[in-house]
Amino acid sequence: MDLSYGAEAEVFRKQVRAFLAETWQPGERRKAELKEFIRAFRAKAVERGYLYRSVPKRYGGSEQPVDVIKAQVIREEFARARAPMEMGGNGINMAVPTLVEVGTDEQRELFIRKTLEGDYIWGQGYSEPGSGSDLASVRTKAELSPDGTKWVINGQKIWTSQGGAATHMFMLVRTEPDAPKHDGITYLLLDLNQPGVTRRPIRQMTGMEGDDTFYEFFFDNAETPVSWQVGERGKGWYVSRTTLKHERASIGSADGLGRQFSKLVDLAKEMGRIGDPLVRERLTQIEGFVLSHRYTSFRLFSCQAAGEDAGPVQLMMKLLLTEIGHQIALLAQELIGDEGLIEPAQAGARGLITQQRGPNKWLDQIMGSLGNSIAGGASNIQRNIIGERGLGLPRDLAMGGEK
Amino acid sequence: MRFHLTEEQSAIQDAVRGTLADVWPMERLHKFADSQIDDGTDCDPESWQALMALGIGALALPEADGGAGLGLLDAALVCEVVGEAAGPGPVIGQILAAIAVARSASAGARALLPAIASGEAVVALAMGSPLVACARGATLFLTDGPDGAIHLVEAAADVSIEPQTATDRSRPVSRVNFAAARAHVLFAGDDPMAQRLRDAALVLIAADSLGGAQKVTDMSVAYAKEREHFGQPIGRFQGLKHQLAHMALDVEPARALVWYAAYAWDAELPDATRAAAMAKAHLCDVYTSATRAAIAAHGGIGYTWEYGLNYWFRRSIANRAWLGSPSQHRARAAELAGW
Repeated sequence: MDLSYGAEAEVFRKQVRAFLAETWQPGERRKAELKEFIRAFRAKAVERGYLYRSVPKRYGGSEQPVDVIKAQVIREEFARARAPMEMGGNGINMAVPTLVEVGTDEQRELFIRKTLEGDYIWGQGYSEPGSGSDLASVRTKAELSPDGTKWVINGQKIWTSQGGAATHMFMLVRTEPDAPKHDGITYLLLDLNQPGVTRRPIRQMTGMEGDDTFYEFFFDNAETPVSWQVGERGKGWYVSRTTLKHERASIGSADGLGRQFSKLVDLAKEMGRIGDPLVRERLTQIEGFVLSHRYTSFRLFSCQAAGEDAGPVQLMMKLLLTEIGHQIALLAQELIGDEGLIEPAQAGARGLITQQRGPNKWLDQIMGSLGNSIAGGASNIQRNIIGERGLGLPRDLAMGGEK
Repeated sequence: MRFHLTEEQSAIQDAVRGTLADVWPMERLHKFADSQIDDGTDCDPESWQALMALGIGALALPEADGGAGLGLLDAALVCEVVGEAAGPGPVIGQILAAIAVARSASAGARALLPAIASGEAVVALAMGSPLVACARGATLFLTDGPDGAIHLVEAAADVSIEPQTATDRSRPVSRVNFAAARAHVLFAGDDPMAQRLRDAALVLIAADSLGGAQKVTDMSVAYAKEREHFGQPIGRFQGLKHQLAHMALDVEPARALVWYAAYAWDAELPDATRAAAMAKAHLCDVYTSATRAAIAAHGGIGYTWEYGLNYWFRRSIANRAWLGSPSQHRARAAELAGW
């Protein structure tokens, strides 16, 4: 075993570092000026092959061969320099890879570059009030207009991140009501700024409401051109399952978890509880899981770099992270004591926090960790996945006929 | 960057696994467990020789001493497979003794090295407690003095051994008193190697626990696929499926904790001592919860003697208590973190 990245990676690291030293000098720029500076910086980083590595050059990417070690070095160095990486969000993570893989040339031309440059922001139109874990049961329907040029959409979508800012949506809609449920779905792109679309923020349990949180969308004869349909009609379910060779950051979430754990230790010190043997026991117990997650991330990264399959452990990472989050929340709640009686300033805010916040800021994590059991594949679904795909147990009867 | 097993490492595991499947199947374990008190065997000679014939005693010895020159990581991989089989004999003592003696300046001990490497001399690990596994079959003891020094003691008339009815039937214990027995001093208490050997012991116990926890998880999954109730394999029901998923979730990510602790020991990283403590604590907890969950998952059959799950449950009790409980090692880890 060897946790160094090798000589070649270190040479590459020096190049990235030199580029950042020269190019990432935001100085005192603020607001619009800073935004413009970041835009120009990203363009230079793309030119050097550091960002949007899996996106073709003609659509604004840097079109680099898959190299997980280089990708990790880039992430590390950008983080060290506090330089902006790629634009985040569902557009970059989901819409763009899907279009690269199965979109038409027209769709790629229309959407990819504008998404990379931040002009288009995408909402995900998957969940519905009646369709969560059983996503293939979506009921929002689309029908062809009489002249066959447009899809006309009616229904409701929910739990859309960045729903306030979103300009577009990629969505799963039912187009073939008589087909078996997985085969009656089509994947559409939609312009959200039109009369047939109404959006409404969801106020969540943390108190968050507004631009940083989720929205729900109502469609009342909303329209989109047939040419904005991705993949074949009725094949939308399979389009949404499209997976690409990603240079995905397994180590990234381990670093985040590590930072959160050190803050928990700091909290124990701040609250004068670090000498309490019970607190020390709980901290080290949790740390056993935190380190298991961290070293398993190294393992996944190592397998990925070597082009080998790491096996079922990959299926466990989301649930593991979720469960650790719950353990951290429980200890944090113990540690903050009656500080927890007061709602923290800017409760739940994800954006820039300007006010001084005390130990009760952990309420954000205490409540937020519950969201992880639900979002991106609920924990009981993760347990099914581990049991069925990982351990080879037979599928649940209710889902026996499903794919 | 390399943080997964090489083909050679998997091949070593397969070789040990294959040998143990031949010499240490469940029937053999049953026979051994039932006979040990009557005939005085606490280290089955046949299976021990088969393991030693694989070169396990010489695995971590430097090549200059006729060994394979492999690291603690490779030793841990072997111990993992031995734990999987609830294997016989003092494998951990044997490996540690080879590592210790090869690094020691004691001429008397070094003269014993070929016999340790070949397995002809059997070394029981007698650190931390007078209750020693496989003491009657041992010809040597790796032990620690009150000042933390590491000693190698030759079995002789002045070493008293009282066999006990052991909880862990796979590695029976005796109460051992070294009294005034003559010891080869391998390392003084303030020699850094003394601490390193204690760390290595923790890593190997963690590895044995990992193997055992994986084994009972595999047994539970296999049983859930074959056992039918209400006209269905019981593994189809989500109640059980989710319990099994959590067993796997406990065991599989913890594997990397053992790898890291062994790697940190081999590379002499600054956090090696703490990594060993964390691995011992975490894996012994995992072993306890996995064996309890396995018996629950099996239902009545799991509670019988014949089915054999209890051997791993019992071994988990021994591993947990051996050289310090999870809470004791967590307290050390908190201290070592400077909290």
